[in-house]
Amino acid sequence: MTTPTDPAAPAVPPALDLTPAPGAAPFGRMVLAQAGAEVRATLRNGEQLLLTLVIPVLLLVGFSVAPLIDVGGGSRVEFLTPGVLALAVMSTAFTGQAIATGFERRYGVLKRLGATPLSRAGLLLGKTLAVLAVEVLQVVVIVAVALSLGWRPQGSFAAAVLLVLLGTAAFSGLGLLMAGTLRAEATLAAANLVYLVLLGAGGVMFPLSKFPDSVRPVLELLPISALTGGLRAVLTGGAALPLGALAVLAAWAAVSLGLASRTFRWE
Amino acid sequence: MDSPAVEIIDLVKRYGGTTAVDGLSLRAERGAVTAVLGPNGAGKTSTVEICEGFRRADGGTVRVLGQAPDDPTLRPRVGVMLQSGGVPPATRCAEWLRLVSRFYARPLDSTALLVRLGLDEHGRTPYRRLSGGQQQRLSLAAAVIGRPELVFLDEPTAGLDPQARHACWDLVAELRGAGVSVVLTTHHMDEAERLADQVVIIDRGKVVAQGSPASLTGAERQLRFRARPGLALEELLNALPAGSAAKESPAGHYIIEGLVAPELLATVTAWCASEGVTADDLRIERRTLEDVFLELTGRELR
Repeated sequence: MTTPTDPAAPAVPPALDLTPAPGAAPFGRMVLAQAGAEVRATLRNGEQLLLTLVIPVLLLVGFSVAPLIDVGGGSRVEFLTPGVLALAVMSTAFTGQAIATGFERRYGVLKRLGATPLSRAGLLLGKTLAVLAVEVLQVVVIVAVALSLGWRPQGSFAAAVLLVLLGTAAFSGLGLLMAGTLRAEATLAAANLVYLVLLGAGGVMFPLSKFPDSVRPVLELLPISALTGGLRAVLTGGAALPLGALAVLAAWAAVSLGLASRTFRWE
Repeated sequence: MDSPAVEIIDLVKRYGGTTAVDGLSLRAERGAVTAVLGPNGAGKTSTVEICEGFRRADGGTVRVLGQAPDDPTLRPRVGVMLQSGGVPPATRCAEWLRLVSRFYARPLDSTALLVRLGLDEHGRTPYRRLSGGQQQRLSLAAAVIGRPELVFLDEPTAGLDPQARHACWDLVAELRGAGVSVVLTTHHMDEAERLADQVVIIDRGKVVAQGSPASLTGAERQLRFRARPGLALEELLNALPAGSAAKESPAGHYIIEGLVAPELLATVTAWCASEGVTADDLRIERRTLEDVFLELTGRELR
């Protein structure tokens, strides 16, 4: 036997009881463990943070303070905050999730997790919880910044939450559809491109009323327009329940999640 | 009566026009180490990944612990080490192991396992900054942390330095001692000889031989050498003691079996001299699995 006082003593490998004792952890514990790992990975990833927090906050502060855009009358922060909240939801549920999941697939992480007791349903639930947790963080930061800029929200809190949840479902479906079918590099490029296009054309920064009448009906059917428009109707306009926006988001969620569940390749 | 750890009958797997696994049958017993040995492209990984539930068979039947391979109740009972990857590159070594451990009811202590595999100093290192051997050991740790009944290890020692290789071998031996069934693939015959109770040699998607290492290699010693192909062995046989055998398999590889004594060596070298050939790689030894493979397939294992 070696003694702890002997510095030259070879390390004694600790005893491991390898006797089989198989068993899955309770479902909830597995899902929370996975969600926690996903949140940590997001918060540690510089590019992700740029996308989910820095860019939305910069847009909110920059365009609220400087009269660079024509919001069509009224207070700039009143106009911008709902749009930036919608952008934050899109950046996390769609762009961030698509890129992260695409690379997890490419690196065999999804495959490896498939060999653990965490079921695919559990994995997706974990991802969803992680997205919601990051969104809570984003909303807290954005709302705090907006309030300090003089934002005075009105309307139904429940309606806003419902919009965010449906928007998250729609954007998650689109993100997973992309991540599960395209190569990881293609997902990276496409997710960023879609983010930029929707940022420009979805009423986040520029009111849809500034677009020509011919394209506006199409733009209004985009998920980002529905989320932005719905949040703006509730938080700025004091609407009770923007049914049109909710219907558009529900349709996107149903179609994208349905397609994703059929086409998703885990490897 | 327990069902075997793995039972495969007439397995077929095709990718497009190529047949990767071509009517393969094997049986891995409970509590034993079974090595699937074969060159790259022999169908080892396809076979194991079908057992792990990752791929579907195109034909034949596969039972893992008596169940269909994609049965979700198998997941806690079976540990898996992929040939490569499977870990997010930015995830820290200890974090990954702790995450995997949380999916199991009675996992091993992840810190003790890291210490055991020499990874404790790299606990905070992101996966992508680990060396190839360290990445392999982390994957091995993740395969056993849930205290499974059966472990699949796909080329567990590929890319390991000798020290890490021995650490892996020790762990496999310990798993076996604890009653865990182990199925591993390898193209290192020394690994199969050293670890396995049962070796299954596969080539081009088929089993070419299986049995214990000793039964495959035989107890007899042999004299082997290489020389130009097509030497006339009759004359040599006449000069050798009765009961000896001489064969050329494959071309240019000569094997003399019989009572290997100094006289036999002298007779063979004298005969070589009379034929005007230099015997290369002349050696007296037991057959190795490498030799068995070479004789069965006419090709080198690696």
